[in-house]
Amino acid sequence: MAHVLLRHRDIPDINKLSVYKKNGGFDAFKKAVTKMQPTEVTEVVKASGLRGRGGAGFPTGMKWSFIDNKNWPHYVVANADESEPGTFKDREIMESNPFQFLEGLAIASYAVGATVAYVYLRGEFWQVAAFLDEKIAEMEEAGYLGENLFGKDYSLKIFTHLGAGAYICGEETALLESLEGKRGQPRVRPPFPPSYGLYGKPTIINNVETFTNVPMILANGADWYKSMGTADSAGVKIFSLSGRVRKPGNYELPFGTTFRQLIYEHGMGIQEGRPIKAIMPAGASSSLIVVDEKVLDTPMDYATVRTVGGDLGSASVIVLDDTVNMDWVINKTIHFFKHESCGKCTTCREGNHWMRNLTDRIHHGKGSSDDVTLLLNVAKQMQGKCLCALGEFSTMAVVTSIERFPDDFKKAVKG
Amino acid sequence: MSKQVTLTINGKQVIAPEGLTVADAAKMAGIDIPVFCHHPKLEPVGMCRMCLVEIGRPVRDRATGQFVLENGQPKIQFMPKLETACTNRVEDGMVVLTQSEKATDGQRGTVEFLLTSHPLDCPICDKGGECPLQNLTMEHGPGKSRFNYNEKQHLDKMVPLGELIYLDRERCIQCARCIRFQDEVAGEAVLGFDERGRYTQIISVSEPGFDSVFSGNTTDICPVGALTTVDFRFGARPWELKAESSICTQCPVGCNTTLNTRREAKADGEVVVKRVMPRQNEEVNEIWLCDKGRFAYHYTEGKERLTKPMIRKDEKLARASWDNAIKTAAENFVANKKDFVVLASGRLSNEDLFNLKSLADTAGGEAILYSDMGGGELTQLVGVGAGTNLGKMGKGDAILVVASDLYEEAPIWWLRVKQAADRGATLIVANPRQTKLDRFAKYTIRYAYGDEIKTIHDFEKKSKISDEFAKAKNAVIFYGSEGLGVTGTSALASACADLLKETNHIGNANNGLIGVWQRANDQGAFEVGFRPVADLEKALKGKAVYIVGADPVGDDPNLAKALKSAKFVAVQELRETATTEIADVVLPAQAFTERDGTVVSGERRVQRFYAAVAPKGDSKPDYAITSMLAKQMGVILQGTSASVVFDILANSVEAFNELTYEALAQVKEQWPIVGRNDVYYGGTTYENTKGMGVQLVPVAQAGGSVKIQKVRKEAALRPKDKELLAVPANKLYDLGVTVQTAEFLDQRIGETTVSMHPTTAKKFEVEAGQTVKVSFEGVQAEAVVKFDETIGTGVVLVPRSMGIAIHEPVVARVQAKTAAGKVK
Repeated sequence: MAHVLLRHRDIPDINKLSVYKKNGGFDAFKKAVTKMQPTEVTEVVKASGLRGRGGAGFPTGMKWSFIDNKNWPHYVVANADESEPGTFKDREIMESNPFQFLEGLAIASYAVGATVAYVYLRGEFWQVAAFLDEKIAEMEEAGYLGENLFGKDYSLKIFTHLGAGAYICGEETALLESLEGKRGQPRVRPPFPPSYGLYGKPTIINNVETFTNVPMILANGADWYKSMGTADSAGVKIFSLSGRVRKPGNYELPFGTTFRQLIYEHGMGIQEGRPIKAIMPAGASSSLIVVDEKVLDTPMDYATVRTVGGDLGSASVIVLDDTVNMDWVINKTIHFFKHESCGKCTTCREGNHWMRNLTDRIHHGKGSSDDVTLLLNVAKQMQGKCLCALGEFSTMAVVTSIERFPDDFKKAVKG
Repeated sequence: MSKQVTLTINGKQVIAPEGLTVADAAKMAGIDIPVFCHHPKLEPVGMCRMCLVEIGRPVRDRATGQFVLENGQPKIQFMPKLETACTNRVEDGMVVLTQSEKATDGQRGTVEFLLTSHPLDCPICDKGGECPLQNLTMEHGPGKSRFNYNEKQHLDKMVPLGELIYLDRERCIQCARCIRFQDEVAGEAVLGFDERGRYTQIISVSEPGFDSVFSGNTTDICPVGALTTVDFRFGARPWELKAESSICTQCPVGCNTTLNTRREAKADGEVVVKRVMPRQNEEVNEIWLCDKGRFAYHYTEGKERLTKPMIRKDEKLARASWDNAIKTAAENFVANKKDFVVLASGRLSNEDLFNLKSLADTAGGEAILYSDMGGGELTQLVGVGAGTNLGKMGKGDAILVVASDLYEEAPIWWLRVKQAADRGATLIVANPRQTKLDRFAKYTIRYAYGDEIKTIHDFEKKSKISDEFAKAKNAVIFYGSEGLGVTGTSALASACADLLKETNHIGNANNGLIGVWQRANDQGAFEVGFRPVADLEKALKGKAVYIVGADPVGDDPNLAKALKSAKFVAVQELRETATTEIADVVLPAQAFTERDGTVVSGERRVQRFYAAVAPKGDSKPDYAITSMLAKQMGVILQGTSASVVFDILANSVEAFNELTYEALAQVKEQWPIVGRNDVYYGGTTYENTKGMGVQLVPVAQAGGSVKIQKVRKEAALRPKDKELLAVPANKLYDLGVTVQTAEFLDQRIGETTVSMHPTTAKKFEVEAGQTVKVSFEGVQAEAVVKFDETIGTGVVLVPRSMGIAIHEPVVARVQAKTAAGKVK
């Protein structure tokens, strides 16, 4: 099947404007601006069943329809702060199929009446930002960005903005703060960005992959998009596969593809043919799913993954085999979250610091079973009490690994 | 009035104004939800997670919008997670549980998390005893630590954020109250967070560090012992302190304060003031205090305090008995009856000034106010109406500030005016140079020194600014003495009063004229009849002068000369000054910390202060000394107590209209709730239990006739080719006796600088940072040149009370000094 998002894999040089154009590029944007009302665009996206690809899976069209039309101007922001350990899909899109992403961003801007859009990239993506700047300049020159587009009364500018290397800036309100030039720390929600966003104005924030779907949906119709995937999760998804697999990488597959298909058909199975012990379907923020035959045959969509004890999130599937001990895993994840905790709320700031101490002790063989109990207790004490999702997610791997792999911890504190 | 909503908190029905946070609504209803980062004067941020509660909302029928009922009661749907009471606003039908098992578990968890990084140094912590973290740990904490003590993080415990405020990094709980106060309330974002996660720490981002005159307030609202003042740090334990109500005597705002005192060994067993804290008066200073008010009280202490009367004998001052000193003074004043002059300043209380004025009147002398600023008779006519509260001014109102740098002259007014502008009031700043208030002004008028009257007269012409001022619902004018002396300020006051009258902005609350006086009780001095004179030198020459609370010799060589030629000089003072040195008789007075009294603020609020410490030596209250002296001169004046004198005052001065000390001691409910056991909520600011004062009713409000003389623009001074126009400006931290005694303020006082435009400097061949000689009319002094591109050319700005005796605009010479110290 031809790719919907990773089209560069089928069409060489699609990152060149002429090639992209030849392959139907900007037709969707032109159609939107010249033939559709903004709300019609939103309706099509709503009907397609597209859900946000940043992790939360919120229906995209519905989010767009929440934009506050009593307060102007509006902004659209692409979240290109791709920082979740195990997630590396947006980078490939931006590097290899940039125009489709930018066209999606432009269509979204038209749909909500924004005349300025931003691409917020993590600081380490400075080369990607420079590349996007070139592509944006080419689009301006070709008349796809700028004043009175397609001879209509619609103008749009797109700017890239680099963060300074903080994971928290992938959280949408922290991203907005950072984009405003402030310290990247999350805001209290509600109010949500569609009513109070960038500079306090209504703002739509979506993930890069989400935007990249939009031109294809507009070009081929909502029904076409819905024909792919499952009833719960329409369309295709890029799965970032990593861990102990033979062939890690990005795989664009319809929702509903099973773990087994992803890991064994696309990822060529596990190194040395070892058995799978656990799967983290959403990067470091994941719960650890205990793997058995039933789990491997679970179709991957937002609702079904939940039934086996995890969340699909951004679909960064990390596969752990039987050589991996869970005390090591959470020591890694907690070191990451402790480092990335922004420090704004007590729970996450102090909780991760404490969990780091405990996992260090446990992992380095200096812990006791009381430490394991305490660690579980601290993690649970954090749950439901953090200001944003970072703190909440930092506890997922800890709680699920201790509860689901108690033997690993018994082993760790004994040795 | 805003819409009221009804909700239930812990089963209790609570009615609260719409828009209030759940935490505040609970507090108003007497239910304490623990908070750290939340402060009712700051925007909610929901950071500390202390106020976790369960919140349920009534389910509404989507079609009808009506509550869905269940067993006859609205069906309540609780959120799955605990919510922060500080970020959720009250709603009709809301159900809040602050003490459910789930909520208390969440609160306990937050305390435990906070304590994992908090040191166990309560026994040596300044905040111990008035510490929210301590209190909330006792009430909501786990009681026992599960955190490995050896894994505690150790951080710097003495980080100067500036020279006045120290940070203990271990104790900080990252609530950002200090950062947010500076940003939101003070409008000076000089603090910020550095690093992140557990390494998050407060830093100062200004040069010099913590560059704000409001810095001390952050130590009040800091919910732990992280921020301490250089003055009080390690000075005492809060539970050893006694508290007495007072009024700040540093400027005309009249901030309500509490003096914390303690008996201590290093003061020879005497009771001394350990710190000055704000006392809540939402109509005056809210819960804030500027650093000058907080730190510059030390002039009431020290070896230089006068403790015994003295009489000049054989060219030297020698100790004398009260009887002899009073007798000597009285004899000399009676002998020089025709030349009797009383020179007193607004540092004194109403009672002191009233007795002095009565003595001068009865003995046939002249009563002169020691000040460069006139116009007090106009604030009596058209001053702000009773009921004025700058905190209530906002959208639709206008505030004009002319010839005054409020940041330097009356910081809390600056703060309140800035906040009124934040709320939407039209702020017009008219000043010959840029000041810190300009940033918040809708309109800035930049006039040349000398054009003050013209600037106000221009409001009679049609313009966007004059229109907006005239049409404002309420309008207040602050006028000051920047670039002006007695004559200029008096004329400016008239022009402003006229403008207010013409635009119908007199006789009501939040309307009228406010004088930005040079001393705390100048307004009170005007009320009892004191007036400044344009030529003080002439007024003192060859007279018999009774100087009270003023240091003319130290301030001005010309006045020193005049007084040396005086027939007799009696000086009544707190401390040794250059003036006491030339006195024939010295009478030791008590400081405001040692006695009772009242003062009148620039907003004409009469406020009481109370004796907090024992008097030094044989010193007596000023009103009592004057009464003794009067008696010897054959005049009967009350002097037994301040309240007795005040009763007579209230019966004789019409504006005081039979005011009593009891009336001045009245208080009313204030929001936010501070003091009591609520240190955690509004900080360590004291509750007001001893009086919010009473505002005097101006003639315009009382229905009297208001006649204002029209003034014409004065002929401007014309400097010749090699000359400059020297103009005075006021500085917050100066060399006045009430400031320079606080040693740690040295850096803030700084060196004496004069400002000029770079073009002017070029013409006079001087550079920035260079020491120059400034000379005019018998005054010669050195100062360092500072550039200010916002000042007009041909002008040199000279600070008052910084060693150069300038009272009004004068023609001056400025010469560069060569390295050898010679004048080029």
